[in-house]
Amino acid sequence: MPDRRDVIYCYDGSFDGLICCVFESYVKDELPSDICSEEPEQLSLLEIRYIETDTAHSERVLRGIAKRNCSVDFIKQAFLTCVPKRDILILDYIRKLFSYGRKAEFMLADDTVNALNKAVYHCTHEAHLLKGFVRFSEYGGVLAAVISPKNKVIPLLADHFADRLGGENFFIYDDVHRMAFVHIDRRGEILENIDFELPPPDRRERGFRGLWREFYDAIEISERENPRCRMSNMPKRFWKNITEMNRSDTAAKAEILQKNSPLLSENSGDRITSL
Amino acid sequence: MDISEKLKILAASAKYDAACTSSGIDRSGSGGLGNASACGICHSFAGDGRCISLLKILMTNFCLFDCKYCVNRRSNDVPRARFTPAEIAELTIGFYRRNYIEGLFLSSGIIQSPDYTCEQIIETLSILRNKYNFRGYIHAKAIPGAAPELIDRLGTLADRVSVNIELPSQKSLKVLAPDKSKNSILLPMGHISGKIRENRYDIVKYRSAPEFAPAGQSTQMIIGASPDTDFQILRLSEAMYRNYSLKRVFYSAYVPVGDQKLLPPAGTKPPLLREHRLYQADWLLRFYGFRAEELLDEKHQNFDPNFDPKCNWALHHPECFPVEVNTADKEMLLRVPGIGVRSAQRIVIARRQGKLDFKDLKKLGVVLKRAIYFILCGGKRFEGLVVTEAGIMRQLMSESAVKEQEKRDFSEMQITFFDSENAVPTMEDRVKCLTGEM
Repeated sequence: MPDRRDVIYCYDGSFDGLICCVFESYVKDELPSDICSEEPEQLSLLEIRYIETDTAHSERVLRGIAKRNCSVDFIKQAFLTCVPKRDILILDYIRKLFSYGRKAEFMLADDTVNALNKAVYHCTHEAHLLKGFVRFSEYGGVLAAVISPKNKVIPLLADHFADRLGGENFFIYDDVHRMAFVHIDRRGEILENIDFELPPPDRRERGFRGLWREFYDAIEISERENPRCRMSNMPKRFWKNITEMNRSDTAAKAEILQKNSPLLSENSGDRITSL
Repeated sequence: MDISEKLKILAASAKYDAACTSSGIDRSGSGGLGNASACGICHSFAGDGRCISLLKILMTNFCLFDCKYCVNRRSNDVPRARFTPAEIAELTIGFYRRNYIEGLFLSSGIIQSPDYTCEQIIETLSILRNKYNFRGYIHAKAIPGAAPELIDRLGTLADRVSVNIELPSQKSLKVLAPDKSKNSILLPMGHISGKIRENRYDIVKYRSAPEFAPAGQSTQMIIGASPDTDFQILRLSEAMYRNYSLKRVFYSAYVPVGDQKLLPPAGTKPPLLREHRLYQADWLLRFYGFRAEELLDEKHQNFDPNFDPKCNWALHHPECFPVEVNTADKEMLLRVPGIGVRSAQRIVIARRQGKLDFKDLKKLGVVLKRAIYFILCGGKRFEGLVVTEAGIMRQLMSESAVKEQEKRDFSEMQITFFDSENAVPTMEDRVKCLTGEM
C-alpha cells in the first residue's frame, strides 16, 4: 500500500462520491491523509482536492468488489455508521478487499476490518433497538414518529416498517440527520434535508398515551426494581422520544389545568372511557 | 369501570408471568397489519429491567382456582375486572399501530369452566386475526383442563401457546395448587407438542395446511415458593426441552403475595440471584452443549451464589484446561469462561486467516480477565500471568460477590483488631475526651 500523502479528499457526501475517492486513490496511487464531505473549518496546510462524483467511476469500483465475491452491502452499511474517521476506514477496507479478495472480510483481528465490523454492529444494533423504541402518534389517520439515533438508521428501518404497517400512511423522522422515511399509499420514499416537528397530540392520541403509560406502570414488579438494568437495556439517550419515559406532555397539561383551575380541573378529559 | 381502570388491574395481575418474548417466527405483513420477526423485538423495559414486548394482560382476574402462590386466587381479596374480547382487540390494535407493542400475550383466570374461558380467548384471537387482519405476534395461554379441540383451535390462531408448570414437583403442586394436578398440566403440553410435530410434517406435504403454534411452546416455573432444588428444576427443564421440544422455559422468582402459611412470608425478597443462575444454566443447556448432570449432581443440588455455572464447571474440571485457542474445536471453546457464543464463532472464522494472539482475542470480544486462566495462544500462557488460587477466585467471582467478600474480610479484620487491643475507646470515652474528663 502506498504511504499517506499530504492531501485531503473532499467529496459531495454521497455514497457514490466516497467510492469515487477510492477510485481517485487508485488512479493517483496515493493514500489521502483524510477524506471529508464538507470543507474543513480549520485551516489546513494540506492540499485539499475536490473529487467530482462520476457514477461511471464508482460503478467500476463496485463492480470490482462484487467480482471478488465481496459484500457491497456491508460497505453501504458502513457508510451509514457514525464511527470517527469513517471514510478513511472504508477506503482502507476497500483497498484490503482488492489486495486480499474475500479473505479480507474474515480477517476479524485486523484493525481496519475490526473497527468497521464493530461500527456496523453498533449501527445495526441501534436500528434493531429502534424497531422497538419508535413511538408513533396519530394525526388524522397519519402516523408520525421522531427518532434521534447516532447512526443513519432510517434506511435500515424502512423495509421493516413498510412491511409491518403496509396499509398505513406514516413517516419516521430522524432529527439528528434530518432525514425521513415517508410511506404513503403503500409506497415508501426516503427524504433528506428536511425539517419537521411533531404537532401537539389531539384528545384521542392523548388518551392512548395515557393508557399505555398506565400499562407500563402496572406491569412493573416493584419488589424487583432495578433502574440500572433498565438503563442498560434501554439507554437514556432514547428516552426523550419514548412515550412512557418522557411524560412532559402530561406535565405541561397539568400546568395548564392548574393555571385555569378551578373550571377545568374536574375535566378528567383525556381518559378514554370507551374505545 | 372504565378501560383504564380495567387495564391497570388486569396488567398488574398478569405481571408475574415472566414470558414476554416475541421470538421464534418470521412472518411478513403481506398487506395486512403487522408482521413478526424471529429474533424478537423488545419495545420497552419496565422499572424492574424486564423487557416489555407484548401487551401482557389477563382476560379476567376472577378465578375459580385457589392456587396458594397466585395473586388471583379465589380467596385473595383484590379488585377484580374483566375485559370483553372486543375491548382487548381494539386496545391491541391501538397500541400496535403506535408501535408500543409487538403483539398480545393473553392469559386468564378460570371463569365458569376451563372450556368457557378458553372459548373467550379464542374469540378474542379470531377478532384480531379475522376482523383486523392482524399478523403480529400472539402468545396465548392454554387453559389447563380445556378440551383438546379448543386447544387445537387456539394453536391455529396463536404463534406461541404455553402451559405453566409453576411448581417443579408433584408434591409441591398437591400442597400449593390443590385444583391442579401434574396430569392437567402435562397432558395439554404433550398434546400441543404432538400437534406441532404433526403440523410441521403437514406443512411439508400440503403447503396450504394452517400453521399450528409456529413459534412453539413455552412454560414457566416459580422459583423459591417450594423447597425444590436447582438440580430438580434444571433436570425438569432439560426433560422439557428434550421430550416436548419446548422453545423456552422461564423462571420466575417468587414474590410473596399476601401472607400464606405454606409460603415464604410477605416481605421476603424474591430470590433474584437464584433465578439468574438458573437462566445462566438454561442458556448453557440450550446454546453451549452442557447437560444438567454436568452442572449439578445429587451432592451439589444448588448453584454456588459466588460463581456462575460455567465458571463453576471449569473450576471443577482442571483436567480439561488449558485450551489452545488456535486449534481447539468450537464445542471446547464454548466451555471456556469468558468466551461466549459470538466470540467463539468469531475465533473460528478469524483463526483461518492467521494465528491469533491475546491482543487479537480482545478485539474479538473475549473477556480476557476470565479467559486467561483457561487458554493458551500459540502454546503460550498469557505473559506475566501469576496463577494463585485466591487470584483466580477473585477474577472469576461476580462483581457483587467480590464486594460482599471484601466487606466480610474488612469487618473480620476490624473485629480481630479490636479484640487484640483490649483498651478500645468507646463512644463514652470519646465524649469524655472532648469534654476534658479524660
